[in-house]
Amino acid sequence: MDTLQILTYLVWLVASVTFILALKFLASPRTARVGNQLGAAGMALVVAWTFFTTDGMLANWWIVVVGALVGSVVGVLGARRVPMTAMPQMVAIFNGAGGGAAAVVAVAEFLRDAGAEGHADLLPLPFIIATLLGAIIGSVSLTGSIVAFGKLQGFIAPRPVKYPGSQAVTAVLALALLAIGIYVAVVVNSIPLFLLFVILSLALGVQLVMPIGGADMPVVISLLNSYTGIAVAATGFVLNNYALLIAGTLVGASGAILTQLMCRAMNRSLFNVLFAGFGTGGDAVAAGAEGEEQLREINADDAAVLMAYGKRVIIVPGYGMAVAQAQGPVRELMDLLLAKGVDVQFAIHPVAGRMPGHMNVLLAEANVPYDRLKEMDEINDDFADTDVALVIGANDVINPLAREEGSPISGMPILNVDQAQNVIVLKRGRGTGFAGIPNPLFSNEKTTMLFGDAKPSVEALVSGVKQA
Amino acid sequence: MELTAFELLAALFILVLSAFVGYEVVSKVPTMLHTPLMSGANAVHGVIVVGAMLVAATAEGPLRIVLALLGVILGTINVVGGFVVTDRMLEMFKKRPGERTGDRR
Repeated sequence: MDTLQILTYLVWLVASVTFILALKFLASPRTARVGNQLGAAGMALVVAWTFFTTDGMLANWWIVVVGALVGSVVGVLGARRVPMTAMPQMVAIFNGAGGGAAAVVAVAEFLRDAGAEGHADLLPLPFIIATLLGAIIGSVSLTGSIVAFGKLQGFIAPRPVKYPGSQAVTAVLALALLAIGIYVAVVVNSIPLFLLFVILSLALGVQLVMPIGGADMPVVISLLNSYTGIAVAATGFVLNNYALLIAGTLVGASGAILTQLMCRAMNRSLFNVLFAGFGTGGDAVAAGAEGEEQLREINADDAAVLMAYGKRVIIVPGYGMAVAQAQGPVRELMDLLLAKGVDVQFAIHPVAGRMPGHMNVLLAEANVPYDRLKEMDEINDDFADTDVALVIGANDVINPLAREEGSPISGMPILNVDQAQNVIVLKRGRGTGFAGIPNPLFSNEKTTMLFGDAKPSVEALVSGVKQA
Repeated sequence: MELTAFELLAALFILVLSAFVGYEVVSKVPTMLHTPLMSGANAVHGVIVVGAMLVAATAEGPLRIVLALLGVILGTINVVGGFVVTDRMLEMFKKRPGERTGDRR
């Protein structure tokens, strides 16, 4: 082993440590930003080292430079331009890019080694298994992420898409992949068969994510993030590169935990998320019709008075606040109510919005101090002596049906909004929530509805409170 | 590509131990940091760009060159986009409560 190689291993070690610290620091609000920057620094180090020390880079440097320029422009523009509401989609796309890169690397390695001049024997088994794993997991992550992106962005129906025999198709795909994989690994290193393997893997990614409802996309993105980690680890094994191996495994493991935590926050198993087709909504259709005429409306001024003369108001934000970009006016409303001596707090359900922590990010963007944001367990007992619970575009996370048996969301922990003296619900339309199920809270006698886009509605409340 | 038994075993050790580290490091995370953490982890697996660079270094013939270029582009999008978007999310947490900079949109 020459000096350069030894140094390379040491660079991998340093980068790996920065990645571990990055994840560790990201788990606490105080250190999160430093952690992210540390990870970026470690990444820059290992990328620069690879660029300047790899044999053969002199001839092909332009590939890396052109690729890095194009990738950086796309990445920075995407990351900077995207509105905060579309954050989950953006993470999905970046994740898909990583999965795609892993698959591409696996394919390129296989083409080189299996297509080498005079190559007669089979490639070593551990090597070929890792290559196949990198190809299949990377491909699934790529197309799965694209479907997840499409569902969140709304150009693919967010409802679970199922057709007769869809599970049989998935099973056949999986078996075909297994068979081809084994054949390529132990019988002959066939390039056409390997390419077929990749194409079927890409199809599998679509097939796996299509039947899952839009409300579950955050869990899916987290899971695909973990998959990409595993794919990267597999290619790290193929290339005998410890930086890839360690970083990939770290993300694979931590992504799996994060997925688990999200499922637990919804009180559902991962299996249920992946295969139950949550929100198919057979019973939702009937219920949409019955609830309608019982809803009582309130105008903004009356709602404002109710809040301004209360002692305590709890605001429950949901995805409706995010899409309407209403977080600024909401902060203003909070300031005005506080000035009038009303205690204002925010109740954040773990899966409010489209991603855990989504509401926190948006409200922080609008300068709401984070000590006013309360997690569900912290605030759930306080609703009982709250004058007004102001629900802004949230639905499924406050649906009392979750406490009963027989509903698709049964068992999901919810915010006890129905225990407040008054409930004011700001809602865009009369439809059901993302899960496609009716919400009896809306027809509760304590509840009044303020229909309309969340932003103008909150602005109306703001001017109402000013006059009150 | 021929790995010695020792190299294989070393890789296996690294794999298993890294999995435990990954598990331990994130097991206690407040909900509000789930999204940034997911996004940060997402950026970390962008290290695949290094793999794509290694492919690029040995690329010969149009097919492998196209694959290498595609790999580097996708990997860079993952790394750069991932870290930048995470930083943008976290930027919002750093402001002191009460400090008002107005609304951005």
